[in-house]
Formats: sequence, structure tokens, C-alpha cells
Amino acid sequence: MTEKNVVTAIHDTLHEQMAADDRVVVLGEDIATRGGVFRVTQGFLDEFGQDRVIDTPLAEGGIIGFAVGMALYGLVPVAEIEFADFIHPAYDQMVSEVSRMRYRSNGDFGLPMVVRAPWGGGVHGALYHSQSIEATYGHIPGIKVVVPGTPYDASGMLRAAIKDPDPVLFLEHKRTYRLIKGEVPDEPFEVPIGKADVKREGSDLTAIAYGLSLHLCLEAAARLQEEQGISVEVVDVRTISPLDTETILASVVKTGKALVVYEDNRTYGAGAEIAATIAEEALFDLDAPVVRMGGPDVPAMGFATSLEHAFMPNADTVAERMLELARF
Amino acid sequence: MYRTMVTARLIDEASFRLNRQGKAPFVVPVSGHEGCQVGTGWPLRPGHDIWVPYYRDVAIVLIAGMTPYEIFLGLFAKAEDPSSGGRQMPSHWGSRRLGIISHSSPIATQVPHAAGIAWAARYRGEDTVVGCWFGEGATSEGGWHEGLNFAGIHKLPVVFVCENNRYAISVAQPMQMAIQNVADRAAGYGFPGVVVDGNDVLSCYAAMKAAVERARAGDGPTLIEAKTYRYFPHTSDDDDRSYRTREEVEEAKHNDPIVRFAQTLTEQGVMDDASIDAVWAETKADVDTQIDQAWNAADPEPSSLGRHVYFEGDA
Repeated sequence: MTEKNVVTAIHDTLHEQMAADDRVVVLGEDIATRGGVFRVTQGFLDEFGQDRVIDTPLAEGGIIGFAVGMALYGLVPVAEIEFADFIHPAYDQMVSEVSRMRYRSNGDFGLPMVVRAPWGGGVHGALYHSQSIEATYGHIPGIKVVVPGTPYDASGMLRAAIKDPDPVLFLEHKRTYRLIKGEVPDEPFEVPIGKADVKREGSDLTAIAYGLSLHLCLEAAARLQEEQGISVEVVDVRTISPLDTETILASVVKTGKALVVYEDNRTYGAGAEIAATIAEEALFDLDAPVVRMGGPDVPAMGFATSLEHAFMPNADTVAERMLELARF
Repeated sequence: MYRTMVTARLIDEASFRLNRQGKAPFVVPVSGHEGCQVGTGWPLRPGHDIWVPYYRDVAIVLIAGMTPYEIFLGLFAKAEDPSSGGRQMPSHWGSRRLGIISHSSPIATQVPHAAGIAWAARYRGEDTVVGCWFGEGATSEGGWHEGLNFAGIHKLPVVFVCENNRYAISVAQPMQMAIQNVADRAAGYGFPGVVVDGNDVLSCYAAMKAAVERARAGDGPTLIEAKTYRYFPHTSDDDDRSYRTREEVEEAKHNDPIVRFAQTLTEQGVMDDASIDAVWAETKADVDTQIDQAWNAADPEPSSLGRHVYFEGDA
């Protein structure tokens, strides 16, 4: 075991995968000479060479399209979109090509590829370096969408994503990159895609979250336990699609109360699907209405600290909603 | 080559006949493009090189090894349609076995794929060449630029073929671009652009052969622009009378690539009228038989709708 932050865990795992399998190639903007704007591919160019570590032109649709071609012809590309906010020009490739290749060819072609993208706010990223895109792609069958929130999960799920015969959108919350540290095994291990994880056990209510929000929930839960004696169970969604409804529902049935926390705009966010699933499947086990905490329905968060804070949930606001729900 | 051109034409004519009979809801015609398709498809090696076609490329997929029977399975949306099992509209080709890359309906999305495949082929140390076909309308798309740009930067083994029939559905070339020749755009990507008479199959063949040799030698891509014309509307659902005159269409048919190739073959003494007639008769009988076989094949099971969203294990 070694203590690492999230970005180091991703770097080390990707490095290990490239060293182990020469079919794995990485491509994206600034990933070779610069080593990535977040240093995820630091040192890769020198070690693996320019045939496997590819600085692409500034063209996100191209990055995904080239990766599709590589995946069709025996490689396992791990494409980086520099910021999740910049994936929109590649929406056509992601939806029309990546998600449908297997389906439209009746299983003849598959795309073993990973698209990595740093997402989320809290880093003064303003409108175009803070976005949440998980709901957009969670809506598209054929692409798996994962949102690991800890160094352990990031490492284990990246291994699983690279091994997966289907395309995986691998979202890394950029605020967690250096903020969140944790123990990571030194030997290769996998965390399965499609499995949520109970990160904290509790009995009074269930908080369901992912990414940075997971850590806000964990902090708020610890505080409520200490200050109020309230026991909050925290479920880490980890995979947006396919969603692990079983783990979520089991926790909600146990505690009888559910708070869903997400950073994306509240309306039609991924939390809306989770809340709807709970309402559909666990209504008679609920002791209170499902509570959804999401970002305000404004186009995006602002650059000013005050505007960013007004957009983002934080441990205080999460703790308040937990307390309200516990007292319902 | 001549037989393949005739086969494509007869598939087209039969498809429209079946459309009018109510047996084929949707047809994407090829007629007029047989010369540029057969000419540019012929220099590639079936079973070895990779084909990245678009929806008009009946003759390209014939050269790659798809049979008329398989094409009609697609037209009738049958379960055994090799391209998609009846999921996609007809003429959305694909076959892993034949190296024909599955494509979608949005235009030019396959162009970056061709570049990526070429990268992978070279990385793997193979001498595979990728052929990538599209219309002139596709060259307005961002993805087209991104694909050619990347291929040019890295001198990838790919040949881009523009089948310029002057209309993207109804929009004529002067409203699509400010230049006369799509091939001029190649200069922006650092590789040669070549204009050929798309109705002269042998000119197309010569241009493609040189481009394939260049790609295989590691000298990078070529953009070939084949000037041609489509004789039918964009699809069976289009009415081209709203955007081009009947006189223009009839005039274009005087330049029919099949008629011209037949003249060349007879002039050169390779074929005579009798052997040409025999090709048409044999091909027609063959195509008609294969249509009947395809028509009698099974439809997809409704319960198969949910299959192949994700990997289901090795077959």
C-alpha cells in the first residue's frame, strides 16, 4: 500500500497499463511533450515514444474519431479530453459513433477504448473549466460512464476501463486530483464498473453522491455523527452508467431516507435519475420524501469566488440538508 | 471491372423496382458513380486493405467482397444482413470479416476513423492501406478537415476519395465551397490532391493505383477527386426535379461510365458486343436469383432489439 492522491493514482495506473500492454496508446491535447495539463501523462513520451503518446491537433471530435479508428484496428486507445467542458465538439463522435458501433453492427465491431476527462468545479474554472457532463453521456446507452472519487477507486476502475471491451467515459473530478489522498495497493487490482460502494455505514439516512460531492457528504456525515449523534450512510455511486440501483436501493431501504447530492445543474442531472429510481422502487420503504441537492439551474458557475461558492454544494449546506432530513 | 460496374447498376435498378413494388422502403442509388467507385476500389487488396465507405458505395463493397445477396439482405433489413442485422438503413455498410468499417448517417464522421485505422496499421507494422470515400458535401464538415489534417501531419497510409457529383442532396457545389476543385484542399494538409474524370474508370484506377503505392511506401495520403454525377435522386425519398433540370440529368447520362468503358473495351478488342451482352444477361440473372434468396430470408426477431448494446462474449 502507498498513500497517493487521485492524480498520482491515475498516472501510475495508466503507466503500468502502458508498460504491460503495447496495444495501449494515449492521445490528446498537450499530453506528450507537456505531459498533460494535469500531469497525468508526465514522462510518458520519453518512456513509450511518440507512436504511443500522441499530441493531437486541437480537435476534440478528431481525438475521439482517431481513437475509434485505433480501437477498430487492434489498439486500446486512452484518449484525453483536456477538460470535460471541451468534449462538446466530439458529441457527434461519442453518440453517433462510439456508443453505437457495436449496436449498429449487430455485434460485429466493438470499441475497446477509454475517454478520460477532468470534470467538475471548485478550482476557479468558471463556465468552461467546471462543467459536469455525466448526465449527458449517462443518457446514451452503449457508453459506460464512471466517476471514481478516491485514489483507490480511480486506480481500480481505470484498470477495469482499459480492460473493458466497450467504450468507457472515465471522469476525474479535478478538485479531487490533489485534494483527496488514500491508500492504493502496489499490486494491480480492479474495481468493477457498475458497482456502487458504501463508503460509510449508517442507519438514519442515506446520502448518495459521487466525485467531489462524495467527500462533502463524508465530511458532513462525520460532523453530524460527532455533533448530533446522527448516523448517515454514504453511498458512492462510482458508475453513472450502468447505474448500480441494487446497492443504492438496499441502503435506502435500510435507512428509510435518501439525500442525493450532485454538482451538476439540478434539473435532469444524474441525481434526478437516482431519485426517480428510489421513488419508483422504494416508495413504501421511505420515511421521508427523497431530497435532491443539485446545482442551480443557471448555465454554469462563475469565476468569482463568491459566485463559485454560490453554485457549488459544500459540507455545511450538505450537513444542513442531512439534518433536516434526519429530523423529518 | 466491367462486370462489377454492371452489377452495381443492376442492383440499383432492381432496388428502385423493389422500392416501387413496396418491398424496399428506402434506396440509396449508385448509378453514375460506378466508374469512380470501381476505378478507386480496384487497386486495394480485398481481405487485406481497409474500406471506409459512405452510403453510395455499392461498387466499393462489391469489390471488398460483399455479395449482391448480402446487399439485398440489407435492403430488405433481414436478420442476416452482414452490415447491421437490419438495424441500419440500407447502404450503411459494414463487415469486420471483409474489412469494411461500419458507418453512420451523419456525414464525414468516418474520415477521422480512417486516419485512426491508418495510424494503428502503421503502428502494428503492417503495410495495410486505408481507402476512405465520401461526397463533396462531406468536405464542408469539421470532421473531414480533422481527419485529413491528422493524416497529413503523420503521413498516414490512407487514400481519401471524393466522389464529387456536384450536389449534396439539393445544394449545388457553388453553395458548398468557393473553389472549383475539392482536390485543391489537399494543399492545406500537405499532400497531393488529384482531379480525375470520375466517369473514366481507367483514369480513376490509375490515380488510385499511384495513391495506394504512395501510401504503402510510407509517403502519406492522397486526396483524389473524381468528378461524376448521380443519375437518380439522392435517395428514393428525394425528388431531384426541385433542384436540377431533366435536361441536365439527360446530358450527364451521355457520359455514362459503363457505356464509356464498354466502348474502350470494344475498341481495344478486349470484348465485343456479344460478350458485353452476355455480361449483362448473366449478371441480371444472377442478381435476380440473389434478390429472391434475400427476400425469403428471415426478418430480425423483435426480441433481438436489446442485444449487442454491450459486449456479450466471444462468438
